[in-house]
Order: sequence, then structure tokens, then C-alpha cells
Amino acid sequence: MDEMLLEINHLKSYFFTRKGVSPAVDDVSIRVPKGKIVGIVGESGCGKSMTAKSIMDLLKYPGRVVDGEILLEGRDLAKLSAREKRKVRGEDVSMIFQEPMTSLNPVVKVGKQVREAILIHQKISKEEAKKRVLEVFQQVGISEPEKRYECYPHELSGGLRQRVMIAMAMVCRPKLMIADEPTTALDVTIEAQILKLIKQLCDTTGMSCLLISHNLGVIAQMCDYVYVMYAGKIVEQGDVFTLFDHPTHPYTKGLLASIIHLDQLTDRLSTIPGVVPNLMHLPAGCAFCGRCSEAKEVCKTKKPELYDLGGGHAVRCFLTGEGKVSNE
Amino acid sequence: MSKEQKELLRCEHLVKEFPVDRKRSVHAVSDINLEIYEGECLALVGESGCGKSTLGRTLIQLHKPTSGKVFYKGTDISDMKPAEFAPYRRQMQMIFQDPYASLDPRMNVHDIIAEPLRTYKICESKEALTKRVLELMDAVGVPRDFLYRYPHQFSGGQRQRIGIARAIALRPSLVICDEPVSALDVSVQSQVLNLLKDIQANYGLTYLFISHDLSVVRFISNRVCVMFLGKICEIGDSEQIYKKPLHPYTKFLMNAIPIADPHLRGEEKQLLQGELPSPINPPQGCRFHTRCPYATDRCQAEEPALREVDGRKVACHLV
Repeated sequence: MDEMLLEINHLKSYFFTRKGVSPAVDDVSIRVPKGKIVGIVGESGCGKSMTAKSIMDLLKYPGRVVDGEILLEGRDLAKLSAREKRKVRGEDVSMIFQEPMTSLNPVVKVGKQVREAILIHQKISKEEAKKRVLEVFQQVGISEPEKRYECYPHELSGGLRQRVMIAMAMVCRPKLMIADEPTTALDVTIEAQILKLIKQLCDTTGMSCLLISHNLGVIAQMCDYVYVMYAGKIVEQGDVFTLFDHPTHPYTKGLLASIIHLDQLTDRLSTIPGVVPNLMHLPAGCAFCGRCSEAKEVCKTKKPELYDLGGGHAVRCFLTGEGKVSNE
Repeated sequence: MSKEQKELLRCEHLVKEFPVDRKRSVHAVSDINLEIYEGECLALVGESGCGKSTLGRTLIQLHKPTSGKVFYKGTDISDMKPAEFAPYRRQMQMIFQDPYASLDPRMNVHDIIAEPLRTYKICESKEALTKRVLELMDAVGVPRDFLYRYPHQFSGGQRQRIGIARAIALRPSLVICDEPVSALDVSVQSQVLNLLKDIQANYGLTYLFISHDLSVVRFISNRVCVMFLGKICEIGDSEQIYKKPLHPYTKFLMNAIPIADPHLRGEEKQLLQGELPSPINPPQGCRFHTRCPYATDRCQAEEPALREVDGRKVACHLV
């Protein structure tokens, strides 16, 4: 069994708005083993980014973590003081965001921004810190690091900016990197470069990565384990081969079926009818039952549990596993 | 598709440059010759900044071309006065990328879809107008009850349907779809793509489909035109190009698509190095030579012409 780096148990993050409580993350448990890449996949609004932000304690008002534990090497991050949390952020866990333009400060040179990350966490001189930044720039494939060090974000292309973000995330040698849609804003050719880089960094430094994406192609190419989220809950989890070869939850099946294959021409795309439900007005039963073609009576009234199918594969559905209901 | 294709829109030596300052300009579209045939779906693909959106907009005169000509069914439309151009504008409509920005938040669905009909005074009475709007809503699958709702009450997919209804309201012959599904979620994306295909068949439309997503293009298009830095690299039948891309850039683009099958990883993919050169100062010779691993001296010096190879056109010295 792999050694666990991060264990999230029964995490609940809710948004308390004037219109009501919105369960953005509802009883989510995720395990990230050391040195592995774990993916969270789902459509917008399913709670994948909120899960990541909960780990870093970056949820903004009116959202907050209401229950659950987040264990990093056995230490509960939720119980740390603000000061201790700051130490964990950046040093043990770091995060890269989707939009590299808005996550960098436009009026500070990128080299200085990356250097800042080291100076906060380590007691070394500015010169040493700069040397370290240049090393990391080299490592993430930024050509002419000396020149780029003096650049402002607007002088760099989207791909280079994302490399700077990765450099900033890497510079303190974290144990876990959370990548929230790291390539969504990039072109395919640049996306491929960045994904390859993240994979290389995980392989060479033993870092783990929690990769959040809506793109099943990215997930299939990168991850060891995959969690599928829908309406704030995990609906299916398993290792990447099991999940892609034997998808079991109707939602996972639907997502996989809507992929366009380049080698076979189709006349019509298979679709999942309807849209993601409003989290504030979830149906009484399974959150997916309104869109599910296989829904039974029980799905409308009872909420399914996450049923274990063995080998780490688990599904939140009444139609399979131990929770299987006989045809009524 | 039959051999006897009727040409709908053609451009000759089309150039569009945007001035940066007195001396320099962005070469967004450089000397492009292109035909769009009736009833087809021609896809423009390429990385961001390659000029595909600018080309689409210049073709329907949303930008005035710097030089070159555009012909609609043989008539030169590139140098017309607005009043002269109006009947042609009716034939060319557009669906935009961002379903949030492209609908006026202060207009309800009825007014949004009715606006083009009012502009061209298509309907004689208010009742006829509303009837027409409701028909269009049926066609794109927006429930009739939502007639007086406002854009913020809709999801992204439904907004895009409203945008489509507006674009087909005048029964145009050509619709430019500029990244119509890239802002949508996977499951909604396929709904909208199916709708676009149905509408094309039902209304006999011709599409110019601009996208960076090669899998979407694969589904919807008959012909593909791959662009790099304001130039056409390769243009031809989708089937042929996807089966056997000839231009090195097309090959790299195809290679870079992440395939949703974990069994197909591990094999070392050849990736394109570097980034898009600046369109302000594009490389001499073949514009792709700075990133092309096969580039020779000739590629640096001489610009390759678009020529016929294997039933398609390719601009590369090496094929």
C-alpha cells in the first residue's frame, strides 16, 4: 500500500449566502499517496476548486470549512493556527491557478515574485535566493533565466507565465502541489509542454500532485488515481485504468461517452441531458437522478452512499455494488 | 460532397494589419486565398494569436481589410458603402464565443432574437414578430415560457442557444461560429454541437467554424484550414487531414491533443518546442521555421507557396 501524504476525511465546505446554504463540498474524502498524481474531474460548479481551496484554507467569505479533517502527513491542517498555516502554504503545499495573468502581480518583476516565496520561508540572503530562483527557472524550462528574471508578467507569453507560476510553486520544494486547471487557458501545444513538465517534476522530486481538470484527456494522460465529482460529492473514484476501462457511475459513463474520438467519425455526439442542478435546491435523492437515464424510483427519494467495488474503486450509485437495488 | 461545389465566399490576397505605432503593425492575416463552398462547414484552426478570428471577421467585413478582396457569390463586397452592403450583411451572421458577453443583459430573450428581424423589417405586425421569435426558440430548444426572461437567468449553454437563434433569425446563408462551444462544459458542449449540426442541415447553412479544439472540429467540419501566424499551412478535406497530416505544424497540433485513454500514454510524444513568434515581426521565409525541427536553409530564406499535394493544399518545402 502506498504511503499517504494527504488524507482528506469527510470534508464539508459550505457557503452561507443570504438565499440559503450551498453545500459546495459535501462529505468529500480524498487520498493522495506520496509521489503520485491524483486527479479531480468534474464540470464547473461541481466543487473541485472549492475542495482545493479548502485544503489551502483559501475559501472566501461566505464560504467556510464546516466539518472534516485535512491530514498532511498525519497533521490536521484545519487545527493549525494562522501562523502555522502560513508556514504550510508555500513550503509544504503550494498551488497553481488557472489564469496565469491574474495570479501574478503585474507591477513586480517575476523573478522578485518567485524570490519572495523563498525569503518568506527560508532564512537565506537575497543573493542566494536569486541563485535558487534561477536554478528553478532552468528546471521548469524557462530559457534565458537571467533575462526572464527581470521581466514583468505582461512581457511574457501565457505559457511562460504558467512556467513562472510553477517555478513559484516549486521553489520551496513542496511535498504537494495543487494544480487547479493549470492548462485550461493555454493552447494545446503549450498545454502538452506544461503537462509534461508537471509530470517530470513529480517523477524527479517525489512530489505529489493534486490535479484538477474538466478535461478527461488531461486526466487520462496524467493521473494515477481519479475522483469524479458531481454537485459537491464524489460520485466515483478509482485508479485511472479502472475508471476509464470500467466506468460505473452513469455520470462518469456520460462524460466518457461525450468525448469526441479523432479516429472515428460520429454523426451525433452522445450527451447528458439537462444541466448541473443548483446546489441550494438539490433533489431529495441522488443529485444526478434528474439527468440519469437509468434512474429508478429509489434514486428519487434516497441518497446513495459511496459503495466500495473493491480495489479502491467506489461508486455513489444504487445501480451497482453492494448498494445495488433489485429492479423494482 | 459532390465535385460540383458552388462557391459562396472567396477571398483573394486578403491582408489585415493592425497598426501598433507609426512604423510597426501586427500582421494578423497575411495574403490569404480561400474559398468557402455552399453547404459545407469549413473549420479554421490554429493557436491563439494565429489570426483565425481576424480572418473570420475580415471575411464578413466586420474589419475592413488592409488589402485584398472578398467576393460573395462573385460580387466584390470588400469596398462597398454601408447602404450597398446591407443586403449582404443579412446573409452573413455570427455566433460569438462568450455567451455571457454577447447578449445584452438589459434585453429579454424576445428582444434579443427580434432585434435583427426589426432591423430588416421582416415582420409586418407585432404578432407575426413574436410568432417568428417563438419558432426560432423552438428550433434551438429554448422553452417558450422563457420568452420574457433576461440573459442572467440562463445557463451558459442556454445563452449560447439564444445566440444561435439570433444568428439564424434572418435565414442567412453563411454563419461564422467563433469558438461557439469553448466556454461550455463538456456535457453541454456536445448538446450545442449537435444543435449546430441539426440547424445546419435544417436551414441549409454554410459554416465557417473557428476553433482551437481539434476534436470539436473533427466532429463538425467537412474541410479544415490550419493557420499559423496569419498564413495557411494546410487546407483540405477533414478526413484526409486527420488521417494523414502533411504539414509539420498540423502533425504537432494533432500530437498535442491529450487523448482520453490512459493506455495510450507512456509512448514519448514529440512535442513542439517554444512559443508562437511575434506577429509584429514575423520570421522571414516560412513563418513556422523557428519552431520546426525539420527546417532547412531554404525554409529560412524562401516562403513556401500553398500548393496541391495529395488532394489538398500544403505550404511546406518538405512535402
